[in-house]
Amino acid sequence: MAENVTPRVRVPRSAAVGEVITIKTLISHIMESGQRRDGDGNTIPRSIINTFSCDFNGQNVFSVDLKAAVSANPYFEFSATVPEAGEFTFTWNDDDGSVYTDVKAIEIA
Amino acid sequence: MKISRRATLALGGSAALVAMLPLPAFADANDDAIAAFTGGAEMADTGLTLTAPEIAENGNTVPIEVDAPGAVSVMIIATGNPNPGVCTFNFGPLAGNQHAVTRIRLAGTQDVVAVAKMADGSFAKASANIKVTIGGCGG
Amino acid sequence: MKVSTLSKGLAFGAALLAFTPGAMADMNAELVIDGVTLITRAPAPEHMNINEIISGWVYRSDETQAMQMDDFDNPGMLAVDAAAIAWETAEGDAGKSCASCHNDAASMAGLRTEMPRYNEAAGDLWSLEEYINDCRTERMGAEAWGWNSTDMINMTALISIQSRGMPMNVAIDGPAAPFWEQGREMYYTRFGQLELACANCHEDNYGNMIRADHLSQGQTNGFPVYRLKTTSLNSQHNRFRGCIRDTRAETFAIGSPEFKALELYVASRGNGLSVEGPSVRN
Repeated sequence: MAENVTPRVRVPRSAAVGEVITIKTLISHIMESGQRRDGDGNTIPRSIINTFSCDFNGQNVFSVDLKAAVSANPYFEFSATVPEAGEFTFTWNDDDGSVYTDVKAIEIA
Repeated sequence: MKISRRATLALGGSAALVAMLPLPAFADANDDAIAAFTGGAEMADTGLTLTAPEIAENGNTVPIEVDAPGAVSVMIIATGNPNPGVCTFNFGPLAGNQHAVTRIRLAGTQDVVAVAKMADGSFAKASANIKVTIGGCGG
Repeated sequence: MKVSTLSKGLAFGAALLAFTPGAMADMNAELVIDGVTLITRAPAPEHMNINEIISGWVYRSDETQAMQMDDFDNPGMLAVDAAAIAWETAEGDAGKSCASCHNDAASMAGLRTEMPRYNEAAGDLWSLEEYINDCRTERMGAEAWGWNSTDMINMTALISIQSRGMPMNVAIDGPAAPFWEQGREMYYTRFGQLELACANCHEDNYGNMIRADHLSQGQTNGFPVYRLKTTSLNSQHNRFRGCIRDTRAETFAIGSPEFKALELYVASRGNGLSVEGPSVRN
């Protein structure tokens, strides 16, 4: 498991039915690109977060296929339509098989 | 082993000839990436906005934005990076719009290309030239 | 091969392109975070040779400035989150956490504005890192954190943000005076093959470009700083080390008395600017 991987997600606490809200996500991850070499000259193997997805009450909102050119501490900003009260689930998949998740509830205003 | 001037010239000449021949086996990696995404379809030059700084403060963290109303997905290619692929945004049924922001790594000054796949199956392309600089003492 | 001072000077001069940075920085932008306007320009303290002191934030590109204006966009806040957890976590033989004695991290408000400062009991100038480790080793019975370790830098970020907005106010008189003098001398001493003093760039040439970098005044009110280049938080001593290494000199050690003295002097050059930590720079 990559070290110290912490997700951080910003979702408004409430929204009107049908409102479009902005969601921001950040996750601390070194995103080892596979381009760097260690002290002995050996290539440090790629180890990145390769996919991110956001779902709401089981329906997909947004997802990203990441390559090594996404900056460390991957940041995404995107929008979601809120049809009802519920939960946003955020999932990050790591090359090493780890899966990081976060959940944020939203109410209807 | 002594090589005659004639032989050397012949060797040099043929090397130059080979270098000038188109080498179809080494098609441009950027074109490949785009073709894989579009299937070779035409790309319109409207309908997709790519926002990026003209000069990146640092190539390791460059903020970029895409906006493609009606898009299903948007692929980002860094044409000057060791590998062109950067990321692909996919907008699901509950996406509020087709606007996304992220931060990317650029190895040097280059064109960043965005290709959008629209819901109706058509494609659009936009590109931005981003200058990536060498810093001062701080590197 | 002996390179004359003149040609070195010319080479240095050539590296400084004197064109207006223009699109690279909005020098009149205001730094507002969560509705609080931070002081990024102030009258220079009396002991200085220049009139106005300016935060490094002002010199950065629009995009970089924007990254610091939103606590969510600022990746340095990841460190604050991590340290907030560490603050509550008991560690060491005494079974205590920071919170056990200090309660809320908010109790640290004002501390960052005074760092580094003379510690009476120790009879020495102490940086924030030493105060933290003193608590860990003497009161928590825990192991000291490396000066430049992620844990330590994260904690300095958590403590710094408690003073965000408050003006830097380090003491340079009384017992701090000899350290301050030492730091001031270092600031004006040319180091390395490139024979550069801090002042050559940060006092004589702030606002100019060195290659493609927009030179700042080298203020430290924003530390610890999230550097876009390293995509991680950097401590002051780490930055001093980098700068001196870039003059091609044998650099001082992180945590050394020399760097602490320099830290005090450089901090005093920023007295009046708001604490910004964690800030975002290039």
